Amino acid sequence: MKAAPAPAPGRVKVEIRGLAMTFGGDGRDVRVLEDIDLDVGDGELVCVLGPSGCGKSTLLNIVGGFLAPTAGAVRIDGEEVRGPDPRRIFVFQERGVFPWLTVEGNIGFGLSKLPPGQRAERIAHYVRLVGLTGFERAYPQELSGGMKQRVEVARALAVNPDVLYLDEPFGALDSITRLVMRAELLRIWEAEKKTILFVTHDIEESVQLADRVVVLSARPGRVQRIVTIDLPHPRDLSSRRYLELRDSIFEEIGLAHKI
Amino acid sequence: MTDTSPSLLPTAAPIRRGARSVGRILLGFSGVAALALAWDLAIRFGGRTLLPSPAQVAAAIFELTRQGFLVRHVVASLFRVTWGFLLAVLLGVPLGIWLGWNRRARAAAAPLLELLRPISPLAWIPIAILWLGVGDASAIFIIFLGALFPITLAAMNAVAKVPEIYFNAGRNFGLTRTDLVRRVIYPATVPQLLVGLRLALGIAWLVVVAAEMIAVNSGLGFLIIDARNAGNRYDLVVAGMVLIGTIGLALDAAIRRLERSRAVRWGFAAPASPAPRRPRLAPAR
Amino acid sequence: MTASPPPQRSQATGSRAVTHRAEVILLPALAGLFFLGAWQAAVSWSGTDVFPGPLAVFRGLRELAQKGLLVGYVRDSLFRVGAGYALALAVGIPLGAFLGWNAAAAVAANPVIQLLRPISPLAWIPVAIVLFGVGNAATIFLIFLASLFPVLVATMNGVRNISATHLAAGRNFGLSAIALFLRVIFPGALPNVLTGLRIALGVAWLVVVAAEMIAVNSGLGYLVIDARNAGKRYDLVVAAMLLIGVIGLLLNVLMLRVERLRALRWGFRTE
Repeated sequence: MKAAPAPAPGRVKVEIRGLAMTFGGDGRDVRVLEDIDLDVGDGELVCVLGPSGCGKSTLLNIVGGFLAPTAGAVRIDGEEVRGPDPRRIFVFQERGVFPWLTVEGNIGFGLSKLPPGQRAERIAHYVRLVGLTGFERAYPQELSGGMKQRVEVARALAVNPDVLYLDEPFGALDSITRLVMRAELLRIWEAEKKTILFVTHDIEESVQLADRVVVLSARPGRVQRIVTIDLPHPRDLSSRRYLELRDSIFEEIGLAHKI
Repeated sequence: MTDTSPSLLPTAAPIRRGARSVGRILLGFSGVAALALAWDLAIRFGGRTLLPSPAQVAAAIFELTRQGFLVRHVVASLFRVTWGFLLAVLLGVPLGIWLGWNRRARAAAAPLLELLRPISPLAWIPIAILWLGVGDASAIFIIFLGALFPITLAAMNAVAKVPEIYFNAGRNFGLTRTDLVRRVIYPATVPQLLVGLRLALGIAWLVVVAAEMIAVNSGLGFLIIDARNAGNRYDLVVAGMVLIGTIGLALDAAIRRLERSRAVRWGFAAPASPAPRRPRLAPAR
Repeated sequence: MTASPPPQRSQATGSRAVTHRAEVILLPALAGLFFLGAWQAAVSWSGTDVFPGPLAVFRGLRELAQKGLLVGYVRDSLFRVGAGYALALAVGIPLGAFLGWNAAAAVAANPVIQLLRPISPLAWIPVAIVLFGVGNAATIFLIFLASLFPVLVATMNGVRNISATHLAAGRNFGLSAIALFLRVIFPGALPNVLTGLRIALGVAWLVVVAAEMIAVNSGLGYLVIDARNAGKRYDLVVAAMLLIGVIGLLLNVLMLRVERLRALRWGFRTE
């Protein structure tokens, strides 16, 4: 049973219809995604949640234009997605940062078409925004995992994209840093008001961040349920409503929440 | 955490597995065939009458086989390589292990090794002849020298890279020093050692050919020089080169086989598991 | 006594750093002195009048310097290496990049490369002489051949092993194919390429010496052979070997220095 895919009021930014993905080869076809319908509103933060292997990263890659789906289509602002586009930047885990460029170099990567003065200004703004002042000339190998992730987010934001895709961006970080980074992400999101599509396997993370959580089933991935998180930011992680929402998702996925 | 990031290399369209290996073999042959063709054309139109065409080289190889020289020369070269290589292994592996283990010894010996390493084994030829006279012993000595450094350095680096955790685990289980070497260090270093051995064998093969040009009366290197000196038989010269290339390739492949055996495969990074199957790629904008 | 673990990989700090540094200088120095002493002793004790001891070698070096030959020979060898090496880079890097990128071409080219690679450059000498005659051109050709393969293979590997994530990021930012190559692929492959360059330089040096033994009239390799042939001057032979070793060592250190440049260090694990 599908929940309505419609978002909160506001216009629809990303429209996914009838998406399906089958990986084939050697006669063994694997259906990874099936029948995905989803709308993401402008300025919304939507989490795609599911267990490993459910196809959520594949979904994100398709929406980002890096893979062509077997069926269905993705439209952004009414325009069909045909390939990767600088208007919609994908944030990988920390290994997306270019190791041969400094922090400045990375953040300015997409800005080569700007006149130098403007470029420098833009870079400085985003260095400040992600809290990396003082590290402009550092190379990624001198930075911690959390800092590298910030560089990648800054790099993505610097080109002023319409949409940001984040593929488990905090997966490689320790749990304390993860909490910090989530707060950072929300702060940036509120400052920049981007549309964000965020993939994670972490239930808590999804409830802490998202306006809506799209729960994908195990392979083949289908939209199992869409949970609207009606908590205002900043979210109290001990509030009853938070725990209710979290537990409902636990149950949805079929996990007991006692060890 | 599986890497499901997309592969964007603009490779040929994905092919089914069965078709893939046939395709690969054909492509492989086509490369060699293209080379042979270019060679042939170059000879025909190049105007240099001394260098042989592929056909002449093939004929020369056939002639050598028929006369029984082929086997003799190949065996002579292989014999020298084997001896030189084995001696280098016998000395180099223990030496390398010791140096890898013992930091002080390594600090003491490293600069000396780094100084000796760039000296081409062939620069040792006069010394070799002085000490061992002209003949097999000199050639083997040269090969031994050529293989010694890569093997020692490989063993040294392999041991130095063994993670300390392995040592700790071994000691935790109460292993004596000998046991530690036998059951922890040695197995942990074998993959890297094999790579070093493969490289050293390649060097040994390079060196034997060169050593034979100078100091002995048989072998593929000798064949090359002799064929030229004794009558400008360039077809034999190139035949010799082709044989050298083929045997070198075979030796290399043999050790690579070893590297793939299950016992040591763990030591080599698995080929990157891509998005396991390649779906249709979205075209670049 | 329990086994001692291998040396710490972590950087020594404080007083340990001092001992560490003292060791790194003192131990090899001691080892070197010991080696020289043993060498001299062996020579004296065996009573040979042909094989030189360290002092004789040193005197031989001085003789070469005084005759003005030293600089000339070193320069000639370095020139040949430089020329052959530069050619190998000019051909090997673009070709390697192409083969690394285009898998089909790589499959076609691979057997050819594997076949040609084990052929000692010295086996090419007769061919080189036919093509270029005796002299500099032939030696440069040999060095070119010898250096080509490490550069080619390393570049191929470097390009082929580019992280898919980096490529995806590059395309995400809308880079054209050329921009992608210049701004993502080449920098990403650079560590591998540099390693190949270092190995190739080492091979080039090995080969120039060997090539000079056979095809020309100057240079350190020539000196090694000529000193013996023209009068059993083994002191000069060993002097030449020593020079070969020292210059080879310096070249290698130079390349390692390049690898440590801050802009490139990311690709190499510094210990």
